[in-house]
Amino acid sequence: MDQQLLADAVDNLYPARMQMAFSLGWHIIFSCFGITFPALVLFAEWRAYRRADADLERLAHTWAKAMGVMFAAGAVSGTILSFEMGILWPGLMERFGEVFGFPFILEGFTFFIEAIFLGIYLFSWGRLSPRAHLLTGLPIIPAGIAGALFVISANAWMNTPEGFEIDAGGRVVDVDVIDAMFNPSTAAQWLHMIIAAFMVVGFTVASIYAVGMLRGRRTRYHRLGLVIPLTLAAIATPVQIGVGDYIANVVAETQPVKLAAMEGLYRTGTGVPLSLGGIYTDDELRYALRIPWGLSLLVTHDPDGQVVGLETVGPQLRPPVNVVHLSYNVMVGIGFALMLITLAMAWTWFRHRRLPGSRWFLRGVALSGVASIVAMEAGWVTTEVGRQPWVVYEKLKTADAVSSAPGLYLGLWAVLAVYAVLTFLTVYTLRRLAHHHDDAVAPQEVAAEPLDSTGERPAG
Amino acid sequence: MNLPDAVLTVMFLALIAYALFGGADFGAGIWDLLAGGTAKGRPQRTLIEHSIGPVWEANHVWLIFVLVVLWTGFPPAFAAIASTLYIPLTLAGFGMIVRGGAFAFRKTASTPGMQRFLGGSFALSSVVTPFFLGAMVGGIASGRVPPGVAAGSVLTSWINPTSVLGGVLAVLSCAYLAAAFLCGDARREAPDLAEVFRRRALITAFVTGAVAIAGIFVLRGDAPVLFDQLLGRGLAPIVLSAAAGAVSIGLLLGRRYIWARVAAGAAVTAVLCGWAAGQYPYVLPAHLTIDDAAAGRGTLTAVLVAVAVGSILLIPALILMYRMFQTVPAATPHPPGLYADHDHTGRGTPPT
Repeated sequence: MDQQLLADAVDNLYPARMQMAFSLGWHIIFSCFGITFPALVLFAEWRAYRRADADLERLAHTWAKAMGVMFAAGAVSGTILSFEMGILWPGLMERFGEVFGFPFILEGFTFFIEAIFLGIYLFSWGRLSPRAHLLTGLPIIPAGIAGALFVISANAWMNTPEGFEIDAGGRVVDVDVIDAMFNPSTAAQWLHMIIAAFMVVGFTVASIYAVGMLRGRRTRYHRLGLVIPLTLAAIATPVQIGVGDYIANVVAETQPVKLAAMEGLYRTGTGVPLSLGGIYTDDELRYALRIPWGLSLLVTHDPDGQVVGLETVGPQLRPPVNVVHLSYNVMVGIGFALMLITLAMAWTWFRHRRLPGSRWFLRGVALSGVASIVAMEAGWVTTEVGRQPWVVYEKLKTADAVSSAPGLYLGLWAVLAVYAVLTFLTVYTLRRLAHHHDDAVAPQEVAAEPLDSTGERPAG
Repeated sequence: MNLPDAVLTVMFLALIAYALFGGADFGAGIWDLLAGGTAKGRPQRTLIEHSIGPVWEANHVWLIFVLVVLWTGFPPAFAAIASTLYIPLTLAGFGMIVRGGAFAFRKTASTPGMQRFLGGSFALSSVVTPFFLGAMVGGIASGRVPPGVAAGSVLTSWINPTSVLGGVLAVLSCAYLAAAFLCGDARREAPDLAEVFRRRALITAFVTGAVAIAGIFVLRGDAPVLFDQLLGRGLAPIVLSAAAGAVSIGLLLGRRYIWARVAAGAAVTAVLCGWAAGQYPYVLPAHLTIDDAAAGRGTLTAVLVAVAVGSILLIPALILMYRMFQTVPAATPHPPGLYADHDHTGRGTPPT
């Protein structure tokens, strides 16, 4: 019986990891919109109101509807994630639920606030005075940002677990949920994610209007749709590069093995070069581009500083290096590529007091949306795969957390199928919103026209 | 009441809120399914959409809240339930995705075929989802979920007489709640529909009552321990539920819709309380008591403090939301271009 259970758990491990990765990777895109899109929408609405700007009002309303659709998709996909915590990883929840579950309760409250005020905000569009309407949307912003803090703190805890002791019998005791929440990774991961969310939302929204402008729709409406989100993303990008340096240092200090995998570094050494690209085989990174002293400088801010390599732990305790190293490089590479957009904007602004309008610039912006999403996903792959084989760093292995339920691996296929449909519908709906702005409605909105008793909308 | 009981009570209150508000939303989807053909059913579907459109996401959060309190406050119970009952839980999750997605997206769908497909998905998943949730309750209450990771049968833990009873009762309760809730909404928006939903509320009230009575015999055969407990400690809430159901029928007959809502809600709440009383002090009956499953004092205290502080924010927001949707008429939006017309003094055109 025990052997059967063990066999099931082994069979389940890889599909369970893939299912979790897929559901999280899907949800996180919509979370970004939940966290930062409200600020963009409210900013546009506020400017529309202050300047009596009809174009901007139309833009803000379109965005608000898209926000409603994204929020619905994020809410349902987030629910599945909370199920999967127990369905896939009962070993994690059983043992450590009382340590890191707490921030999810706080997140429950912020999610409530978001859902309530998003419902009110979309429902009351045109039903309240502009000022009152703006006020109904305001609570969504802090709720989203705080909610991100809570969820990220739980993930940060898996990287740098604190706030508990393990007694002689192996039981978890002396739990301090606040200590667990504010662990050494929380601040860095939260900042990194919030700014990533600003970049993803800014670049993605701007890229949609860039495509429109490349197709010749160069109206004021399109220009505004490009400039507002792009400005936000362009400001966020250099900040993110700074925060990236900060979080890399936190990782180097608290999870040296993960950092070694990110850099494909086997031997601990001093004056270590920074390696870009390459393939890691037989404990060596081959064909990589090397920048002398680069890694030592980045990690210790000293060209001769010491950096820990993968050799410090046994082979079973090392993450799969190629996945981690390459996704890390992809994330950083895209981050710097996006910086070119910021530089182009800054240059033309200071030289000509206008924004760049060349086709090349628009092409770059058109790509930036997908690029920023890829960068964010690559970042998540880096941190999650980089922690393997641990689910709770140095405390619990992923293989010991996975459910041994028979047949669980089938869930991966079911999830892929359901999410394929959900993706299709979300994209379909957003496209409808973009192309039929005036007659399309968000899920939380209520039809504008009065209904007669047959429920038909009266003609005209 | 000790600390674990207090935390479990908080979770249970959230579960009741989910059963009432989320349940009514599911029930509305069930009536959507039964509304008839595209043309005939349109008025009802429009009413349903108006009633749940702005609130369903907030109502849905209650479930998340139940889960997170369970996994923080009673981690072994959560791990056992989610791993042994992973099949119905996954299916309920898919039901929620399909339901939320289809409901959210069908308004923008352009072609009638797409609208029908999404509408059908929404309605069907509204039946399926509460059934699986009810089946899970049946599995837990009949003692089929032992502690440990996937320690129970992943099939018979939810395919058994008590689970079927739980699933059917959950679907019927949702339909009954929704019909009672929709009577009041219909009176405000489309008065002739109030009669339609009144008739349905009466029918489902009788059917639900009949199934509940028949269920007593199912439990006697399938879950004797639960049956004994229900006739003991659980008897008062069960009787109360029957009484509230009868009162709601009287109120519906007299067209007192607001009070009928309250009575219908009380009937469903009392059934849940009967279940809770029936399995107290076990969180997984016959296996794991509340105290044995509970997290340490520090965590439980933190949960209670967080809930107390969070409620200060949450309760006014919830009241604001329900008041707004019950009082602001759905049919008075401004024309587009409002902001372009206003006079820069910060005073928008007041709603007409």
